[in-house]
Amino acid sequence: METILLPHLGQYPLQVGLFLDVQNARYLRQQLLDGNTEFEYAFLDAAVLLSREHVLAACFRAINDILQGRMKSKNVHSEIVFSLSPNNNISECFRRFGVGETTKNIVAIKVDNNASQIQEHLQNHVQGQIVPFTDETLASLRDEARVRKAYKVDSSSNEEAEAFIIGSMALKGS
Amino acid sequence: MPRALSITTHNASLGEAPLTPEWHSRTVASETAAHKMSFTAVPTASNSYQLNDSNEVQPLHSLPPPFTTTSSPGQTSSTKLIRQGAEALLYYTHFLSPSLPCALKYRPPKSYRHPILDKRLTRARILAEARVLVRCKREGVSVPAVLGAGWEEGWIAIEWVNGSTVRDAIFGRKTWRQENQASYEGGEKDLVGLMHKIGCAVGKLHQVGVIHGDLTTSNLMLRPTVSGAEGGEEPSATSAATPFDGTITLIDFGLAAQSSQEEDRAVDLYVLERAFGSTHPEVEHLFPEVLKAYGESYKGAKVVLRKLEDVRMRGRKKSMIG
Repeated sequence: METILLPHLGQYPLQVGLFLDVQNARYLRQQLLDGNTEFEYAFLDAAVLLSREHVLAACFRAINDILQGRMKSKNVHSEIVFSLSPNNNISECFRRFGVGETTKNIVAIKVDNNASQIQEHLQNHVQGQIVPFTDETLASLRDEARVRKAYKVDSSSNEEAEAFIIGSMALKGS
Repeated sequence: MPRALSITTHNASLGEAPLTPEWHSRTVASETAAHKMSFTAVPTASNSYQLNDSNEVQPLHSLPPPFTTTSSPGQTSSTKLIRQGAEALLYYTHFLSPSLPCALKYRPPKSYRHPILDKRLTRARILAEARVLVRCKREGVSVPAVLGAGWEEGWIAIEWVNGSTVRDAIFGRKTWRQENQASYEGGEKDLVGLMHKIGCAVGKLHQVGVIHGDLTTSNLMLRPTVSGAEGGEEPSATSAATPFDGTITLIDFGLAAQSSQEEDRAVDLYVLERAFGSTHPEVEHLFPEVLKAYGESYKGAKVVLRKLEDVRMRGRKKSMIG
């Protein structure tokens, strides 16, 4: 697990963990659907994530939008998933970027500063191997075809495409 | 000239809004409202500028949230004002990660305009600039990336471009040559190469349907090529380096528009030509090289060059009104 402080939003620390080979994605998804308040996380499907920057851009937008009174979904964690999407369709965005029944690798994010408690809770409930949240690992887990489809780009592996994707996320809803 | 305002952000000093006690209880508590809103609006730091002895130093503008908030302990993300124009303030800061520098462009409200009109104009201009930049990224034009935008608040966070402006590079050419005598050969070859790169860059921009609107040598950057020497100014006598190594990156799209009309493209070139003539009269004779490269850069460029001749005859404004 890693604690990330976003510049300018240091009051809202992010606890981020990357889990490989998760066995109980179905269970985690069900907790979210049930609205279990102990599972207030943003669970992202690592296959559609490009880099740390990509994920953090979504976190920044979500937290900032809430501070400005522009929340579109029900809490900060769903807002993070929503911010990854280039369009305003909430259910589509959960299908594309959130944890699904068969998701193998998951990035879990919680906006909170109680690092040890969150790590313990996640390790108890996510059946997977926790690894450092790095660009290299994310690149190795990426599903190019799904990224291309989600963001309507020709390629997802170059820097230009990533910059375009982050820009599209920033401009969503304008 | 940019006015240098010194801004002090209190870093480790009293964090105005660290994790509030409510934060904890609310996130853990099982009240129904708990997951609805665990955020409290951060109080805006009213005194992000420090008052001096003479208590008349007043901040002209304060940044919009979240940039107003003091950084939390242990975090060093200072925000420095680096340029001030008529419309916007440009700050250097970091975004998403303390290792990712960015340019924060803020269009402060203009008090002489009606607030509703002011908001609308600011919003339209922020979005126009951001959309053009994102479009250029999609089409592969070398421009800085958009990292974030707040069109209601009037800010846009843009990737920081390393390197120098073409303006400074041309001004620094003489010094560069003195310092790198060994590689000094070939007359004006380096300048011709630079002109060629500029022509190609502008051609590529026009090809994708974007008009810059303010092409000057200050708005063209030479971004050091990543694979090469970092910093760009390594005095190496071995390679055939020139003072103009790097990729031409266009910046400041504050006046940009989306258009594919020959007229608009020709005016864009005309503005660059005039800017070149007044900023760099000593190399003005090489400007035709820019046009030559431009003419070969995309289909339709030749027509624009012919149009440019009309524009030269009459000036930038087509209509004689206003």
